[in-house]
Amino acid sequence: MKQRLGQKWRPDFWFFVRFMVIASMCLFIVYPFYTILTKSIFSDKVEGVTLYNFVRFFTKEYYYQPLIRSIVVCSTTVLTSLLIGVPIAYVLTRYNVPGKTLVHILIIMSLMSPPFIGAYSWIILAGRQGIVTKLITSLGLPAPTIYGKGGIIFVFTLHLFPYIYLYTSGAMNSIDASLEEAAENLGMSKLKRIWTVTLPVVLPSILAGCVMVFMTCLADFGTPMLMGEGYVVLPVLVYNEYMSESATNPYMASALSVIIVSCSLLVLMFQKLVIDKRNYMMSSLRPPQETKLHGWKRFLVSLPIYIVVFLAFLPQIVVICQSFIERSFSGMVKGINLNNYRFISAKLATNIKNTYVFSLIAIVFIIFVGILVSYVLVRKKGKVANIIDTLIMFPYVIPGSVLGIGLIIAFNRKPMILVGTSAIMIISYVIRKLPYTVRSGTAFLYQMDPFVEEASINLGVSPLKTFFTVTARMMLPGVMSGAVLSWITCINELSSSIMLYSGKTSTIAIAIYQEVTHMNDGPASALATILTVTTIISLLIVFRATKGKVKIV
Amino acid sequence: MSNEVIIKDAVKRYGDFTALNGVSLNIKEGEFFTLLGPSGCGKTTLLRMIAGFNSIEAGDFYFGDKRINDVPAHKRDIGMVFQNYAIFPHLTVKENVAYGLKARKVGKKEMEERVAEALKLVQIEHLADRKPNELSGGQQQRVALARAFVIEPSVLLMDEPLSNLDAKLRVQMRTVIKKLQRRLGITTIYVTHDQEEALAISDRIAVMKDGNIMQIGTPNEIYAKPQNPFVAGFIGVSNFLDCDVQGGKVTIQGEMTIEIPVKKEFTGKGKLSARPEQLFFSETGMPGKVLFSTFLGDFIEYEVELDNGQSLIVNEYTKDTAAVHEDGKRVFLNFDPNRISLYIAETGEVLSK
Repeated sequence: MKQRLGQKWRPDFWFFVRFMVIASMCLFIVYPFYTILTKSIFSDKVEGVTLYNFVRFFTKEYYYQPLIRSIVVCSTTVLTSLLIGVPIAYVLTRYNVPGKTLVHILIIMSLMSPPFIGAYSWIILAGRQGIVTKLITSLGLPAPTIYGKGGIIFVFTLHLFPYIYLYTSGAMNSIDASLEEAAENLGMSKLKRIWTVTLPVVLPSILAGCVMVFMTCLADFGTPMLMGEGYVVLPVLVYNEYMSESATNPYMASALSVIIVSCSLLVLMFQKLVIDKRNYMMSSLRPPQETKLHGWKRFLVSLPIYIVVFLAFLPQIVVICQSFIERSFSGMVKGINLNNYRFISAKLATNIKNTYVFSLIAIVFIIFVGILVSYVLVRKKGKVANIIDTLIMFPYVIPGSVLGIGLIIAFNRKPMILVGTSAIMIISYVIRKLPYTVRSGTAFLYQMDPFVEEASINLGVSPLKTFFTVTARMMLPGVMSGAVLSWITCINELSSSIMLYSGKTSTIAIAIYQEVTHMNDGPASALATILTVTTIISLLIVFRATKGKVKIV
Repeated sequence: MSNEVIIKDAVKRYGDFTALNGVSLNIKEGEFFTLLGPSGCGKTTLLRMIAGFNSIEAGDFYFGDKRINDVPAHKRDIGMVFQNYAIFPHLTVKENVAYGLKARKVGKKEMEERVAEALKLVQIEHLADRKPNELSGGQQQRVALARAFVIEPSVLLMDEPLSNLDAKLRVQMRTVIKKLQRRLGITTIYVTHDQEEALAISDRIAVMKDGNIMQIGTPNEIYAKPQNPFVAGFIGVSNFLDCDVQGGKVTIQGEMTIEIPVKKEFTGKGKLSARPEQLFFSETGMPGKVLFSTFLGDFIEYEVELDNGQSLIVNEYTKDTAAVHEDGKRVFLNFDPNRISLYIAETGEVLSK
């Protein structure tokens, strides 16, 4: 900001906003990560600064194997998600699949469902006591196991292929129809057209989807923890290393965190260097026409999509059904009733209350801070805004469990003892889920006419009052869709909560995890139903409000 | 307080780029004053400095005798109409117009009266309770106008207010604006790049180029007596002819010598500028042939190639002529020496009186 000579510079409101945002980000993002970094180069086995932890990581199979496994699981999931997501995107955007809006909504819903519900449901269905397992073995066939590598990849794929679908169909809808017509006009056959024109043009978006899938897999803790059994991946190793009662080792856990974050950073760098450079900016003047299919052709094209979407949505149906079944300790069905709900409202009421109270407080902060930050990023560009922009997206790179460890190490000593409080849970929610809201806020501001603000100022309303009465007022519906995504991911949050909770601040997601590990299917499914139903209702509200144009990616 | 606007040596820089290079203006009370120039000439920059949205690097801005350099935008008491109207999308038409009155804490009854009167003046009283997204471009334009003048500002600023309308509506709205301004008598500063619009609407015009003012004058002065070749070329169509000047004697390419009344003695290369309607076919003058003719109803536009190879545009009114000159016909072009403009070729300084 250039200031005129002779005029004293006075800090204004936006100076304080920038200052506060930077200060809190330094305190709650930079500082925790810094403590992780410093912890990782120390050890209780060796004096002074050392690479002992890292040497141990790369020489002991116990440590480096989970890294290899994580990479294998993530890469395979990306591949399988591509195989499912890209064809679905193509068919849904180009053909008259019956009920395509519903299919689209169901795909988004399965993406937004609590991440570990997939794992849990598939254990109910195909685990050792599972219905499907029993059915297959009763036919005298060997049932495939859902535990371990295969199961994790299967559940990840069904949960995350929507990312590929959403990115690809977004790009497909923005191709100008004349592009493919030009190829046709030049004598290309249909398949060749897809291969030589359509796919290369949407490739950057597909790759961006791949990055999302890879990063989410790499950071996810719940699914491999529940299904992995002996198959330990990186986030599970971090958890074991830090939380296991026998040998808590914050130094090694920190080193592992550094390694996970490095992997994520590598992927992000790949995105910046390879994908972003090839992004073709397109303004679709005439989106491609839908091809009308009839009879068995239409059926044949639609059926595989229905099957995939059914499988992806099945976990939510399973938990809801399961929640009404009362079982004995041996797993026998005792009856269909509301006893599971009676049990959780008696024993786990605190968890339910905590989930909603924490998330509500977090979401109020997120909306408030989100609007201010979006405004700074779009309208007050400069060095400070750039720093905020980078820092705010940092939680995308840091997996929840790593951020959790960072917050614990940073705030378990004087002067700021926050570990075990509700505050630290809420802080972790705000930091991790703010990006959704900021993204929808900035997107809205970029298309909002800046002259509207000037008109208000010109008519005699001060800039600050204009911001609150005009700009923020107009932004509110714009950030709402992002805020609902923040809200949904808050109530379903597990990976950082499980590091940060104490007896008093436990949430639904944590309770589900504990009940599942103790084989208490009933309460777990009742709790999961509460989350699923809340998620679905929240999403339906956004769909309503945005007329189906909610932006997830 | 008198509502004249005085600007002294206004300067605006963006990095190395000088957007305004010491501009001075004296806009009279109640005047309709237009800043006209091609894009990037600094006209909008200057307007936004007056409004308070651009900082003032150097120079002094006065409303009457009050210096406004350090008055923040929301306290300048200026009405402004934006290029894209900038209507508050979440407020109704009535609420939009009342917005500035609310900020001024005008009483409820008075506010309702003034809003109603303003809406009536721009003829949209029947749309008072609509939301902006239910309005056409022309109607939104009227809301923006009403919102700007209802606060009875000391100065009204308009930033290319008609550029988003289609051609027909543009002509219609510029008459609405002009009549309204006459009636309310608000000092108005208007920005446009459309020379026809500027000529039609303004009391006075400042033609700008590269951050400098090229000429200030009434539409007639600017059209008839452009003070430099840029203004001659930017306003309307002009034919330029190279010539040699010796005192008042002007020799055009060694072929034709005429006497032009000049302001001062000068000997050297000159440049003549003549409007297409200032040239006419004659028995004597510059020899050439008709290349191409376009019949445009009330006049015919000819492209004439002189024998030295230069082509000129000549307009002949159909009411003054019996027949269309055919392509290829040999002709002589002449003009009235008292009405065309003569400049020094090198500096562009005007010589003709």
